[in-house]
Amino acid sequence: MTETRSEQVLRVDAYPTHEVGGYRVRAGKPFPFGANVVPGGVSFSVFSDQATSMTLVIFKRGEPEPMAELEFPEEFRTGSVFAMTVFGLDHENIEYGYRADGPYDPVTGHRFDARQILSDPYARLIAGRDVWGVEPDRSRGYQYRSRVCLQDFDWGDDTPLGIPAEDLVVYETHVRGFTRHPSSQVTAPGTFAGLREKIPYLKELGINCIELLPVFEFDESDNPRTNPETGEQLFDYWGYNTVSFFAPKAGYAATGRYGMQGDEFRTLIKDLHAAGIEVILDVVFNHTAEGNEQGPTISFKGLDNATYYMLTPEGYYFNFSGTGNTVNCNHPVVRNYVLDCLRHWVADYHIDGFRFDLAAILGRALDGTPLPNPPLLELLAYDPVLRHTKLIAEAWDAGGLYEVGNFPAYGRWAEWNGKYRDTVRSFLKGDPGVTGELATRIAGSPDLYATRGTAASVNFLTAHDGFTLADLVSYNDKHNDANGEHNNDGANDNNSWNCGAEGPTDDPEINALRTRQMKNALAILFTSQGIPMLLAGDEVARTQQGNNNTYCQDNELSWFDWDQVDDNAELLRFTREMIEFRKHHRELRSTAHPTGQVREHLGLPDISWHGERAWQPDWSAESRLLAVARCGTGDDDVVYVAMNAHWESHDLELPALPGGRSWHLFADTGAEAPYDIRTPGAEQELDNAGKYLIGPRSVVILVGRTNASEDLDTP
Amino acid sequence: MTLNVKERRNKTGTVLVATGEINSETSGSLLQALLPLVREGKPLKIDLTAVTYVSSAGLRTLLVVYREAQHAGVAVTLYGVSEEVRFVMSATGFLDFFETGEAVAAAAKAKARAAR
Repeated sequence: MTETRSEQVLRVDAYPTHEVGGYRVRAGKPFPFGANVVPGGVSFSVFSDQATSMTLVIFKRGEPEPMAELEFPEEFRTGSVFAMTVFGLDHENIEYGYRADGPYDPVTGHRFDARQILSDPYARLIAGRDVWGVEPDRSRGYQYRSRVCLQDFDWGDDTPLGIPAEDLVVYETHVRGFTRHPSSQVTAPGTFAGLREKIPYLKELGINCIELLPVFEFDESDNPRTNPETGEQLFDYWGYNTVSFFAPKAGYAATGRYGMQGDEFRTLIKDLHAAGIEVILDVVFNHTAEGNEQGPTISFKGLDNATYYMLTPEGYYFNFSGTGNTVNCNHPVVRNYVLDCLRHWVADYHIDGFRFDLAAILGRALDGTPLPNPPLLELLAYDPVLRHTKLIAEAWDAGGLYEVGNFPAYGRWAEWNGKYRDTVRSFLKGDPGVTGELATRIAGSPDLYATRGTAASVNFLTAHDGFTLADLVSYNDKHNDANGEHNNDGANDNNSWNCGAEGPTDDPEINALRTRQMKNALAILFTSQGIPMLLAGDEVARTQQGNNNTYCQDNELSWFDWDQVDDNAELLRFTREMIEFRKHHRELRSTAHPTGQVREHLGLPDISWHGERAWQPDWSAESRLLAVARCGTGDDDVVYVAMNAHWESHDLELPALPGGRSWHLFADTGAEAPYDIRTPGAEQELDNAGKYLIGPRSVVILVGRTNASEDLDTP
Repeated sequence: MTLNVKERRNKTGTVLVATGEINSETSGSLLQALLPLVREGKPLKIDLTAVTYVSSAGLRTLLVVYREAQHAGVAVTLYGVSEEVRFVMSATGFLDFFETGEAVAAAAKAKARAAR
């Protein structure tokens, strides 16, 4: 058997038929697109609808000038696809690109320029930005070089995990920022390998899904600005400016200089899966790094501008993304491109799901108008390979299309629930008139997702784009001067409150209030129906010093400071226990919106609302106190959450419990640590069964259950 | 850069000593040298002490050898993995597949020292 496996299988297509530029070649296979290793050579396939000719440009790895330029013979063209197999190439030691010739007529959308060497849109690896932050040699004619790679990773028995959406606890983080800080103490700071070393931390925290800011190849050095205070170069740190959609970012890999970023990233995913943690990628299909008329030509512009971008009748770029160009997502060729890309990440990288940046653009027609039944969104929802992946939309764009609650979902798409964020933030700071909407949001936003269930709502209070949790309670205003845009960038409507002083303070009362407010936020987030998402570092009060748009800050402003794990152990413990609590209570994760239906075994409704008096919620504009009791099916406990955003204490009358149950205290953010929270299952029975004094700006969580330990002690 | 391979056989198995770089150009000859040794069915040690660089293709070749050995029920151990190669193998997950030991020569020296 061993002999059979190692024998070469002879194939007809392993023999050349032509010679081009001194290389033996034959017609390649149009599909799959990209560069694929075949017997004896490499098959190159690239699409261009309007190109009159196409040339494959091959470099010896790292050399400034090409070693070969091979024009595709006319007979190697099938439809609008140019495909050629080149024999005798050492696939590991070459870089390649294309020159596409054709009309240059921007008014009709065509920008062909055969002087440019173009990246392959299907390149699985890119060379040129191999190590993060290394100043590139800009005199080179071809910056982002396509590379060939084998798709042969040894996954063992790993597959995407398939955790039910409603059970997810998402942790949004940045590959580099998570371990770049010197305090991370990992072998390779700022890389996939570094993140892999922190898996035990993630596991202990209790999250089961990590959502990574963009990992597709981008150019961190494409930001021309400097910090006005320090003069330091600013980067494109977040990476929402994709250069190549099929290639993992080399600069995020400790082995990027060896071209092994694919293996390193896959190893991270494999180990995260082994730890029970899913991986969601933040993907950016709304625009590319090519910008507008003034931007660089990297790939799409030179290969088929009119196909890949939405263009005005005059041939300018529509800009619904706010970054210069807009990808023509619903063009039949482009939607197949997006589909191929996502299939690649699922099949070859075992990715569990995707969060789509400015996803409203994915629902726009070729002329930019919103479509009632966008073919791309439908295609992704029903695709066989993507069938069980999570699809999460950021359901708005920079062109003013806001589709939260309205995103074409096809039974599959979830959304970042911006209304949840805004409402809970507003309630927390004590705004009047919010209590009613708060009830809707924490019950899974039935007004938005009535037919889609609670798991359509990704609940979050903070994300990479905006204040961190610590800053949300420490700043009234954004402080973005370090971005070099005169504080004009970033959101202005933050619903933040500094608790009495702008920024850091020594005032112990203010600091205690801030800690309490953070705990309040976490307590509400993890007891709300819908998928909770936590911004990395919020569990240890990570600050960005009031900067709410750190897209360009590759420094301690953005990085996770691991010293805070010890410094803010109190908040970390609180977060861990809250996540654990959520896991213990199915009723918090129910996919069905509560209806008020009475659970017969307890005689209590699935959800009930309370105020100072049991069963009497105060929905008035001046009400800043709301309590909710949830009751599950079967033998589930009852969970009671009282949220007091008022600056006064209130005496709560607690609803009576049936069946020998009594109220047990799980958390009270008004109490000093370690009495602020208990371990789920070890809640403390209340002395006074019917009442509880809730402190100012506090959240109290009780569980109604039988006292199991007492039962055990009873003879 | 070329790759030289030498075999050393002893009672407990075979040691293959490699010198040079293991990359896409040289990994074919390495595979040709290793596969017959795997098929002999005796424990195989691959000494990489004098290997300065292992590329992506090189690591894949070693993994192919590992899979062949696993199929044949043969133990394969890598010896003398340099710090740099070990780092790359670790970051990319390849190290997880292999048993590794100290450089064969170093181990022999240590043994000799211990005997004195």
